[in-house]
Amino acid sequence: MIPAAFDYTVAESADHAIQLLGEYGDEAKLLAGGHSLIPMMKYRLATPTQLIDVGRLDDLSYIRRDNGHIAIGAMTKHAQLETSDVLAADCPMLQHVAALVGDPSVRHRGTLGGTLAHSDPASDLPAAVLALGGTIVAKGPNGQREIASSEFFTGYFESVLAEDEMIVEVKVPAGTAGWNYQKFNRRAQDWAIVGVAVADGGAGISLVNMGSTPIRATAAEEALAGGASIADAAALAAQDTDPPEDLNADGEYRAHLARVLTQRALEAANG
Amino acid sequence: MDVSMTVNGSTHSSDVEPRTLLVHHLRDGLGLTGTNIGCDSSSCGACTVHMNGESVKSCTVLAVQADGQDITTIEGLADTARADGSSTGDMDWHPMQEAFQQCHALQCGYCTPGMVMASVSFLKENPNPTEAQIREGLEGNLCRCTGYHNIVKAVESVAGGAS
Repeated sequence: MIPAAFDYTVAESADHAIQLLGEYGDEAKLLAGGHSLIPMMKYRLATPTQLIDVGRLDDLSYIRRDNGHIAIGAMTKHAQLETSDVLAADCPMLQHVAALVGDPSVRHRGTLGGTLAHSDPASDLPAAVLALGGTIVAKGPNGQREIASSEFFTGYFESVLAEDEMIVEVKVPAGTAGWNYQKFNRRAQDWAIVGVAVADGGAGISLVNMGSTPIRATAAEEALAGGASIADAAALAAQDTDPPEDLNADGEYRAHLARVLTQRALEAANG
Repeated sequence: MDVSMTVNGSTHSSDVEPRTLLVHHLRDGLGLTGTNIGCDSSSCGACTVHMNGESVKSCTVLAVQADGQDITTIEGLADTARADGSSTGDMDWHPMQEAFQQCHALQCGYCTPGMVMASVSFLKENPNPTEAQIREGLEGNLCRCTGYHNIVKAVESVAGGAS
């Protein structure tokens, strides 16, 4: 099983990649670790005729403290998040979630910028960044802009990134306050049937695989902030969601999982 | 497209189509058929090789992405060279290969090259794992025969031996 034919160019810098995106338009895709894009190309779910390899841009691979935030280069691999001392000390949730993505071989290749740009509602890390209230730094021909994670995802595999923009950095607030991640699946290395990320004791609650994007459980967050019990807040976790239906679960079951997992996550985060 | 990579210590330059997968390049281009193709979708791990010392699933890496990189396949794990560079003529098995044999960590053998490569990479990153960590560390490699018990024992025995 091989992808349809395409041309391949190695980007020498982020600016070079952006320039190439401008030249090739919607025929082109950026290739980072390739662990989402290459399978999609094999299944002909994506058929770009031009791949621009940004996976070799080592200057976009870093994790560093930056004024109350942690700045993470877009090409930082999941395995680097998993073993980062900076994250262990200042953002353990992101480290923990990174270690649950796929399997070790996948984590040697997959990148944080790549998984955000791919915008799969079933992925772990986008929901974690969303719960943390992270920021995505995108670069285009006219410079950089910062996009709140709450504004970033727009639909299945879609984000606000323009055709000629690439993610260069992800910022998450430093913090170790009550956090938890619940990933429910039946087999090792599967995507979550439903996942729940809780950050900052419940100020940030986000849901995996409960709609066309990773989403915040706003009703549950607000109830908690207004003094509701964990049980009462968790009961609202599936409100305003549109869960997908597939062989693993129908929508009603996913809604049930969202409520149960939110309760577990909140209890663990505040335990 | 011209690519050049180090495979098991030797440099190989080839002309490949950009869509060529690393596993096809290794098997069909370089004749290294020890790396197997299983699911073709980065689930089963039969095609696991090392890229710069880390396990990767070579069905989900393009040969062009491996340009300039250092690849090790199952054929490169055993050491046939003496310290002075001359050949022993015999395979000097890697400790993990030895352990798979001693623990009978295989039946049909199809997953074995990938399982061995994943195990070596795992132990490099986790030198003193618990049994549970070994099982989680090998979650990306499927074996349909053994039920995994003897594979885990083999990895445990190498970890124990190393400590």
